[in-house]
Amino acid sequence: MKEFIKNKFLLGGILVSIFVAGFISYYASSSPDGLEKVAEDKGFLDTAKDSANSGSVLADYGVAGIDNERLSVGLSGLIGLIATFSISLLIFKTLAKKK
Amino acid sequence: MHIPDGFIDLPTSLAFIAVSAVGVGVALKGAKSELSDKTAPLAGLATVFIFAAQMINFPVAAGTSGHLLGGALAAILIGPWAATLSITIVLILQALLFADGGLTAIGLNVFNLSLVGVWASYAIFLIVKRILPSNKKAIPAAAFIAALIQVPIAASSFVFQYAIGSVATIPVSTVFTAMFSTHVLIGIGEGLITALTISAVLATRSDLVYGYRGQSRKLEIKSSARSNS
Repeated sequence: MKEFIKNKFLLGGILVSIFVAGFISYYASSSPDGLEKVAEDKGFLDTAKDSANSGSVLADYGVAGIDNERLSVGLSGLIGLIATFSISLLIFKTLAKKK
Repeated sequence: MHIPDGFIDLPTSLAFIAVSAVGVGVALKGAKSELSDKTAPLAGLATVFIFAAQMINFPVAAGTSGHLLGGALAAILIGPWAATLSITIVLILQALLFADGGLTAIGLNVFNLSLVGVWASYAIFLIVKRILPSNKKAIPAAAFIAALIQVPIAASSFVFQYAIGSVATIPVSTVFTAMFSTHVLIGIGEGLITALTISAVLATRSDLVYGYRGQSRKLEIKSSARSNS
């Protein structure tokens, strides 16, 4: 954690990521992605099943119960970012520890 | 390109969970031998950045969007072992927290993006780097090509899974043509984002770029050898 405050490069990288996930994400295209579009055009989209957790609080990058779209998407991005940060640092730092 | 549950049948999906688990296990060992106290935070940062960038779908053609896969970006920044883990962490969190990509499809997605995406990108990057003149400018160019080609390769990897265990009966060749052409377009976006990000890191802290480090070290050895003679 400390190094992300001391090291300008790491701090800058994190700030850019926060800006992208928390703010820019609202402006993302809502068109289907390549795979979804191909599935739709070629006629196999209907074989997709909802994920078992499709009703979860953060499903589809929004926070359930927050109606403001900008806030909902941005907040879900920030939550995901914190989760990614904690878990990846835990894993990579554990691996880096020399016995 | 996150596969939802249902596109590929359960036996195939489970088989790919097994294959991907083996691949990620090997990557854990590889990353363990490579990571240091200095590079571990960087691997964390790359993972966070890829998660954030994957939220940004950009339009590519009529009614179609794409987003960064990140395999080339991660492999060039932090090396292919850590990159495999990085993309896997992102995919697992996306499936668990955001229902983005199916839960039973996790093995299919890890196979296409963390294993095929990362290692195909890295191989292409090394080949293109060898062909181009060995200077700093060649790195973003090689990154662009590796990132671009990675996307139709990952799309083809999906078609391979579709050929093994599709639930639908649409012919494989039809799916392949559509997947390949759409993902070449998305690959251009992937290439641009990857090359821009690598350029930005090279401009600020080129010592942190895994795909450049080996080369700069070689140049140092050469120049010191010259000064000795």
